[in-house]
Amino acid sequence: MGSDLLTSLYVFVLAGFIGFEVIRRVSPLLHTPLMSLTNALDAIAVVGAIVLVGEHKSKLAAILGTVAVIAATSNVVGGFLITDRMLKMFKASNPKKR
Amino acid sequence: MTQPFATQTVIEVAYLIATVLFILSLKWLSAPTTARHGVWAGELGMLLAIAATLLHHGIIDYKWIAIALVLGSIIGVPLGLVQMTAVPQRTALSHACGALCVTLVGTSEFYLRTPHVPAFMMAVLSMEVILGSLTFTGSLMAAGKLQEVLPQRPITYKGQNFVNLSALAVAVVIAVYLVLHPGTRQLFPFMVIIGLVFGVMMIVPIGGADMPTVISLLNSYAGLSAAAMGFVLDSKLLIIAGALDGSSGFILSVIMSKAMNRSFTNVLFGAFGQVQASAAAGHEARTVRTATAEEAATILGAANAVVIVPGYGMAVAQAQHKVRELFDVLTKRGVDVKFAIHPVAGRMPGHMNVLLAEADIPYDRLMDMDTINPEFPQTDVALIIGANDVTNPAARNEPSSPIYGMPILDVDKARTVMVIKRSMSPGFAGIDNDLYYLDKTLMLFGDAKAFVGNIVRELTGGGHA
Repeated sequence: MGSDLLTSLYVFVLAGFIGFEVIRRVSPLLHTPLMSLTNALDAIAVVGAIVLVGEHKSKLAAILGTVAVIAATSNVVGGFLITDRMLKMFKASNPKKR
Repeated sequence: MTQPFATQTVIEVAYLIATVLFILSLKWLSAPTTARHGVWAGELGMLLAIAATLLHHGIIDYKWIAIALVLGSIIGVPLGLVQMTAVPQRTALSHACGALCVTLVGTSEFYLRTPHVPAFMMAVLSMEVILGSLTFTGSLMAAGKLQEVLPQRPITYKGQNFVNLSALAVAVVIAVYLVLHPGTRQLFPFMVIIGLVFGVMMIVPIGGADMPTVISLLNSYAGLSAAAMGFVLDSKLLIIAGALDGSSGFILSVIMSKAMNRSFTNVLFGAFGQVQASAAAGHEARTVRTATAEEAATILGAANAVVIVPGYGMAVAQAQHKVRELFDVLTKRGVDVKFAIHPVAGRMPGHMNVLLAEADIPYDRLMDMDTINPEFPQTDVALIIGANDVTNPAARNEPSSPIYGMPILDVDKARTVMVIKRSMSPGFAGIDNDLYYLDKTLMLFGDAKAFVGNIVRELTGGGHA
């Protein structure tokens, strides 16, 4: 158990560094889409909630889990949708044909 | 035994691929040209992770998962289709949803595991639930303030910080007690309730102008609580996603508070309201120069380089499409038109860029503060639309000013400054702007949309320039 948590801690710290380095490079132009995208990605918490609902270990867990899946899924769907809508609007002066 | 083991490996590999896709997703977001690939990578990773999770051997009941996924999608679609001006409150709402998910899962996990919860696990679980619950209500409050269903004005009272901090301290004490005695089930709800109450109290004293910082900070909390959930569930994928979200929110809040020249503690514990009182004091009647749309059009038409400084007032007046027309007319005449975007223009980080992009203004014309500031001395006209405090030279040269030290757009270095404004009323911070009294400044009084429309008409009508 102890070593598991230590591994998790390693993962957390390293991911924090990666996040810091990657996100520092995001242009201020795209800070709003950045926030909505990280929000959608953060909704990966849905996997934990799905397991909770599916395992049905207790009534409480199943009910809370179901609400949790709904909340997180709305973030996944809404977050990706609005991020893409925003990014579609960003056009250069002389759009080159792709 | 071999079957579940093989499935477990499949799930783990899928999670690993999803992790890589998430990181690539953020990496591709760094430039507008590759940004949409980032969204696709994120979607693919998410799909993969959810599909793999459904293979989990412990899952016996798929019905409610399916119902919840469908319901969540039905709620998610309208949240993804809101107006661009409403993106800040939508973002706050989605922080609330994410935090709600984390809090509920944390609560369930506690009741499933108690009383056999190892100390470290219980500590992380408490952190997950406290952060999750305060982010949930805090984000709802922020969304309410941004949507203007709640008063935007900061609400303060004596001893507020003491009350807030005490509440948080009580929650921490309960958490510590639970770490030592993880069997005390009846204490757990109190920790959640205090978290929820603290979330509300935390946002009550925060005013509209501080929303960009607050949203970013809540974003960071949402990420950290998700990472804590990853520790509890021993899910590396969740830890990484949470850490990415947490660091993103953290970076943005640092940028925002720097742009407002305020520290985190100052945003959270010192309501802007206190500044207002001191600033409104020194008022004297000074004269300003005004100009009509016709005169403004003549000057703009004769310029070589124009920098437009949009503020949230422009978006409130729904003037961005008229501004685009002005941009088109001037560009056609060979005028070099750029936009200067202050980091806190708008209601959340980067909001102004989205609003201008929506009006079809090319993104390579949108300049951030550090890029545009050295260009102002070579600028013929700086046209300010609905921005105030971010152009106030007092931030540079008046140590007594409440906004002294705040980085501003150096519009006063342009040859001519034009300010479209409804009246002389001061901005968010309630501070008089010396810029308006300079000899080179022309005040264009009126509604932003109508005034810009008039300038465009003068320019297209011809004969005046």
